[in-house]
Amino acid sequence: MSSLERSDVARLAALARIDMTDADLDRLSGQLAVIVDAVAKVAEVAGEDVPATSHPIPMANIHREDVVRPSFAQDDALAAAPEAEDGRFRVPQILGEEA
Amino acid sequence: MTTMTYEQAMEEFDPVFGIEVHVELNTKTKMFCGCANEFGAEPNTQVCPVCLGLPGAMPVTNQKAVESAIRLGLALGCSIRESSRFARKNYFYPDLSKDYQISQYDEPTCYEGSLDVVLDDGTVVTVAIERAHMEEDAGKNTHVGGSGGIQGADYSLVDYNRGGVPLVEIVTKPVTGMGDRTAEVARAYVATIRDIVRALGISDGRMEQGSVRADVNLSLRPKAVAGESQDDVPFGKRSETKNVNSLRAIERAVHFEAARQASLLLAGQPVVQETRHWHEDTSSTTPGRSKEEAEDYRYFPEPDLLPVQPSREWVEELRGTIPEHPAKMRARLREEWGFSDLEMRDVVAADALVLIADTVAAGATPQAARKWWMGELSRVANDREVALAELPVTPGAIAELQGLVDEGKINDKLARQALEGVLAGEGSPAEVVASRGLEVVSDDSALEKAVDEALAAQPDVLAKIQDGKVQAAGAIVGAVMKATRGQADAGRVREIILQRAGVEG
Repeated sequence: MSSLERSDVARLAALARIDMTDADLDRLSGQLAVIVDAVAKVAEVAGEDVPATSHPIPMANIHREDVVRPSFAQDDALAAAPEAEDGRFRVPQILGEEA
Repeated sequence: MTTMTYEQAMEEFDPVFGIEVHVELNTKTKMFCGCANEFGAEPNTQVCPVCLGLPGAMPVTNQKAVESAIRLGLALGCSIRESSRFARKNYFYPDLSKDYQISQYDEPTCYEGSLDVVLDDGTVVTVAIERAHMEEDAGKNTHVGGSGGIQGADYSLVDYNRGGVPLVEIVTKPVTGMGDRTAEVARAYVATIRDIVRALGISDGRMEQGSVRADVNLSLRPKAVAGESQDDVPFGKRSETKNVNSLRAIERAVHFEAARQASLLLAGQPVVQETRHWHEDTSSTTPGRSKEEAEDYRYFPEPDLLPVQPSREWVEELRGTIPEHPAKMRARLREEWGFSDLEMRDVVAADALVLIADTVAAGATPQAARKWWMGELSRVANDREVALAELPVTPGAIAELQGLVDEGKINDKLARQALEGVLAGEGSPAEVVASRGLEVVSDDSALEKAVDEALAAQPDVLAKIQDGKVQAAGAIVGAVMKATRGQADAGRVREIILQRAGVEG
């Protein structure tokens, strides 16, 4: 009952910007299908009365006061940037997308 | 292909629109970290591991931002979800440090509201609100090379100071049945949101600085034929025009898109469902990404944040802080204050409404409050190129100043000097009057001495007055005012002159 096709994996890889060879796609389609199927199995067990859970621990409302804390100095912020200019991160041309 | 006008398009088709408004909150810190949320700092000086998306950094929700979002939701008549959560919206763009934006997806905090929008002629239109959810802003790209735009740029530079700034996104349900008033309603809706966020004090609401931004969705469908309900006619394909950032531009974007789509449809060509860019200079749109290929954000619950579960008591407490609907408040105050439509419009346009209301609340008459804020203070604000509210003077101080005038302690001219002192940070109006020695000379003996001196200096004037030419007293009044540096009560001075001349006024 695998719902995951090779084309799905190719699309996910493209969305995640991961280059994959045909061999990668073949191998990963099979592996990921096993995982998806396993999760589907678990989902079968949950009845209507079990709400979707995004956290295993029932906690909520962990907030922070609106108080300013120190930020990085500009040099520190840019220290690991491959390239920087004018106090900013320098990135390659942005093509074919919105401004 | 024939190019249609907006009016022609509205005759041929039934328009449907929807608007997404992003409101930047004016919290002191960002949505998920303690970096300052302040416009205009040096690039990349308000950043930390959380908002730069460094590995292992953990976001924590800003309580004040949650409060602001709930208050905005309540002001929009929304229900507040008992348990809402954050979700990751995944996409790649250089201004997005983490390669995902923390937003809300299937469980937004505020949902199902409605907002009354008052048009210029007083017509009230109710716009249904789908949801209002919390999310974070992205950084700012600057394109280098080429013409400075994204097209033809050699590379781009990114400043993440704005990355992680709290936003509330308000989404309408589709608005139908507005016909040729569609553009007007769209504009008035955004104006109302802007007024509300300002009244709530949760955002500065400055569209020109991007603190309120709108995306405008528009589609056209055929008009219903006889015997058919317009509601049964399916919606057409829509375009989403991004970042329309002024009220005038909202109206123009609706005009342009309606005309463009109508021209396509009448020529038998399809409208493509896509995002479009707004160009302020030409009042037109151009295509961006098409929806089908780009819109796969693979949302999933944000594992690093816990659900937001505001207690009902807190929500009710916040409900008590929601100000009156701005349009209704304007109508009420105009009536109470006895201002004309034109006066009220000027007051609203100058952002002086709340200031005047606060001045009245502090004890001044509406007329006096309007005189100060729309006169002297507007002039000063204009000279200094700041908003009225940014002037270093409070409504309470203006009421106090007017009180000093009403008590006869100072006259209008001295009041302006006192205000100058207040604006220069010299203290309260009473303090400035005392320290600068501005009080009106009401001591008759001092005035009599000044009058005698002036009369002695101009004996011919005394003769004229005694001759019955009472208006000649003006010259003496002027001389006394000069001698007392404007601190005399001109009416009293005139009385003394006439007494001295033995003439009854």
